[in-house]
Formats: sequence, structure tokens, C-alpha cells
Amino acid sequence: MDLIWDGIKEAFRIIGSGDYSVWEIAVRSILVSGSATMISLFLGILVGSAIAFNQFPGRNLAFSLVNTGMGLPPVVVGLIVAIMLWRSGPLGEFRLIYTPSAMVVAQTVIAAPIVTGFTAAALRNLHPKLRSQLYGLGASRLQMLWLVLWEAKLPLLAAVMAGFGGAISEIGASQMVGGNLAGDTRVMTTAIVLEVSRGEFAPAIALSIILLVLIFIVNLILTTVQQQERQS
Amino acid sequence: MTQAKLSLRDVRVRRGRSELVNVPQLDVLEGEVLAIIGPNGAGKSVLLETLALLQEPSGGQVLFEGQPVAGRQLALRRRMAVVFQDPLPLRRSVADNVALGLRLRGAPRRIQRERAAHWMRRFGIDHLAKRSAITLSGGEAQRTNLARALALEPEVLLLDEPFSALDEPTRVELLDDLSAALRETAVTTVFVTHDRGEALRLGDRVAVLMGGLIRQVGTTTAVFAAPADEEVATFVGVETIVAGRVRSLKDGLALVDVAGQMVEVATDGDPGSDVLVCLRPEDVVLSPARDHPGPSSARNHLPAVVCRILPAGPHVRAELDAGFGMVALITKQSLEELSLTGGSRVVASFKATAVHLIPYRGRA
Repeated sequence: MDLIWDGIKEAFRIIGSGDYSVWEIAVRSILVSGSATMISLFLGILVGSAIAFNQFPGRNLAFSLVNTGMGLPPVVVGLIVAIMLWRSGPLGEFRLIYTPSAMVVAQTVIAAPIVTGFTAAALRNLHPKLRSQLYGLGASRLQMLWLVLWEAKLPLLAAVMAGFGGAISEIGASQMVGGNLAGDTRVMTTAIVLEVSRGEFAPAIALSIILLVLIFIVNLILTTVQQQERQS
Repeated sequence: MTQAKLSLRDVRVRRGRSELVNVPQLDVLEGEVLAIIGPNGAGKSVLLETLALLQEPSGGQVLFEGQPVAGRQLALRRRMAVVFQDPLPLRRSVADNVALGLRLRGAPRRIQRERAAHWMRRFGIDHLAKRSAITLSGGEAQRTNLARALALEPEVLLLDEPFSALDEPTRVELLDDLSAALRETAVTTVFVTHDRGEALRLGDRVAVLMGGLIRQVGTTTAVFAAPADEEVATFVGVETIVAGRVRSLKDGLALVDVAGQMVEVATDGDPGSDVLVCLRPEDVVLSPARDHPGPSSARNHLPAVVCRILPAGPHVRAELDAGFGMVALITKQSLEELSLTGGSRVVASFKATAVHLIPYRGRA
């Protein structure tokens, strides 16, 4: 029991003091996963609205692909992105492997299908005549898109939550394409694995607490927004 | 002659392999209310969406004031307004919903507020202005929807079955309000409905659409009184449609043999020609068989037996056998006074002008 209890006490001390660079690592995690989520949101809205609104051959296939993408194993994503970005790989000349940018790319590949799937489902759930109605009131294409996204903003918030959750808690891809370099590509999940492998439980617990609190705060904010929206 | 505001020329709309609409020509005249009626699945909504420039025809042209619309759809859509069967309110206040179209057009805020306020008052929803539109009842939401369209002061108003999702009292009230608004604004209107009562009430002209084809266009009275064919006749509420042959013609009065009974019809038909005799149930008057009806302007008095009596809204439908099947619409009071039941003997009277003849080419 001492192992757990001392570990937790020590973890709170570390959080207070900032030892083991826990705060630096946490901030980097937020920046990397936040960027990946934003890019995913952009791509997700683009692709999600395209497949939700247009009739084209292979539309069902597109939906299936997106849904498969929502459950991509991060390790596989890491492998593919690593091969692509490897110095001798197809995109090697950009020198991205083992940089935070590589991690943003990998996490985007993980989060984008999640956001796309949620977006497409949200837009498909809108009334089929809503777009016609908006055009019929004189909306341009952009105005129509803006209005329907605004109508679907609650499920879109859920998409952001799910995307960010998927990005910040994945480890396999970040490890492979980032390399867990101290002060450069070390994020919370890779740091936790490293500390546990060294038998250093306290910093691992500290980072886990920060990670959990972070996910909790993000969800709390989004849930509050949803609640207020429902009540209005 | 009044100018056509919106026209279709050789318009076809296909979806997959099936052709939904095929309209060689249709004109919506400046300032008129054109009712497009037809059964479900006739292609009415597709036709309306084509006129509203929401649906690109697979072939043919849509003209706005005689000019092709190609390339200026957005600008033209902003001179029109569309109302669908479902009110489709956005998640925002009623006032914001009503002002939405004006905001999309970049109208100044003052205009948005004033027009929204005016039309909310007109449709009796001003007390709901601050309410979230998604919490409204069906009737309130459709009022918001109509106010939203009329606040645009459109040159063309396109309505797709705006009342068919509403309960009867709400429908009647809203029909009154819309009718008043249309009269007051004199806006060119296309009104799609499967309810012939609504078409009679609002339409200056009627186009009957069946199976994607326009079967008849004309003034409302003309189409309802003189349907072009049997199917149109059935759809516009003619319940007695029977085959007959014109025996003679004298002074504009034809004598038509219908299953051995002679029926007088005010028309010019060719003697010897086969016709369909059309009679609306509300034009048939019933009297007891024992008193021969006194002199009246009704030319036809046929002895008949009541086969069935069925409720029809506030009235009663009496199905008769007068040598051929005939339907009469009477009030419940008349039913009681005549104490009609199945098997009662009556005399069915109707005027020669109430009968409409359709040339008969043999039933399909």
C-alpha cells in the first residue's frame, strides 16, 4: 500500500514543484493534440459535409471508410506516418520525423476520421429539407454551410471532445513518430510509459493526474456549453 | 395580357432512371396565385423546387420574367421566398428566424427589425418574438415560417403544402391569415397542395399535375367545373362519372342516354358521340319519391334508390342507384328531415348546367 500512497503524495509534490518537467510536458501535449484537433475539425467539416450533403457513387463506401477510420489503431497510424516521414521515405525531405509536427500529423490522422464521422452523422441528422429551406430564403452556399453547422453545433462540440480525447490519450503513434525526446517530443502519455518502465511511479502518477484533470476540464467546458444551449 | 413572372419550357427532371416531371410549358403570371394540385407522388414538390431554382432541371429551361435563369440563380432566389410543409425553424429566437432571410440578404438591422415585427404581428406571433423557435407548436412554427417568407417582401412566393402537417382548426385559421396576406401584398404565388379546398380558396388558376405531367391548366372555376379528363375529374371532386351517348342536341341542350335514363346537359356535343357524364355530389338535390318535385329550374329529375349513407365531414354522402351510380352530398338536417336510410326511394334532381361532358375514348 505504501507504494500507492507514497506515490500519490509524491505525485502531488511533483505537480506543485514542477519537477520532472511535468508542466512543460503537459503544455506540449495540449499544443500538439490541440493543433491536431483543430486541423481535424477543419478537415472533418470539409469532408463530413461533402459526404453528408452530396449524392455520389460510392457514398456508402465513403461512410464505411470514415467509420473504419474512427477506430484506427494508433500503432498502425504511427507505423504508416513513420514510414511516410522517414528520412528515406516519400516525405522524408521535409525532415519531420521525431519532431512535434510529426506528432501533429499522426494525431490528425487519428482524430480526423473521428471528427469527420461525428460531423457527417450530425449533418445527416438535420432535416433533409433544411438546406433547401435555407437556399429558398436566399442563402449562398457559404451562408448555408455556416447556418447548418451552427444548427449542428452541439454534436460538433461532441466531435471536438471525441477528437481531442482520442489525440491526447493515444501513445503508439506519438512514440513512433515523435521518439519521446526529452524537451522536444515528450508528451504526457509517452512520458508516463517511460517513467513506469524506469520504476518511477510518482512522476507517472503526477502526469496521469494532470492528464485526467485536463480531459475532465475539456469535457466540463463543452458539457456546460451544451447544457446552456439546450436550456436556451 | 399579363406578363409571365416565372416560366418553364420543356422542363424535365429525372432522378436515376425515372422521370419525375415533364412540363412542356407552364407560366406563372405576374400577381396571380397559381395552385398546383395533384395526388401524392405526382411530382408537385419537384415542380415547385424547380420553379424555386432549388432543383436543376435535367433538361429544358426556367425563365424569370422571360429571361433564362442560368448563372444568376442566387440573385433570383433572393427575389423569391419558399415555404415548405415542415416549418424548419432554426435554433434561435422567433424574431431572429423571421429576420433570417433579410439578414442573409445583408438588409440593414433597422429594416430587419421593422419587417420582422410587422409580419410577426400579422401572423399573431409577436408575443413569441423572444421564444426559441424550436419550442413552438406546429401551428406557431408554421406562422413563423410564413412570416419569415413574407418579411422578405418577395416578388414570388412559393408554398409547398404549407398546411398539410397542421390540425384542422389551426389549418383553417392559418389559411385565413395567408389568404389575407396574399390579397394585401398581391405577390405572385405558386401554391402546391393535394387539398382541392385549399386550391379553390386561394387559387386564381389551377394546374393539375398527375404522374409528372400537367393534365390541365386554367382558372380555378374552369378546371373544377369542366375537368379535362376522367382522372382530373375524380381528383377535383367529381364523384359521379358515368359513360353515356349523346342522342340529340337542340338549342344548346343535349339529351344524353346514361344507362337507359335520359339526362339533359347544357353543352354542344355531337349527337351519336360517346361521352363521360360528370356530376359533382354537391350539385345533386334529393326529394322524397312520393311528391313529384314542383316546377324548378333543374332540368333533370331521376328516380333513385339510396344504397349507402356515409358521413363526409360535416355533411353526409348518399350513394344512389338511378339506373347508374350517383353520389349526392346533403346536410345531416336534410338526412333527418327526409328520414333517408338504405333502400329509401328518392328523386335526384340537378341542373343541366351542373353536368359536364368529357369526350369518351374508351376506358384504359
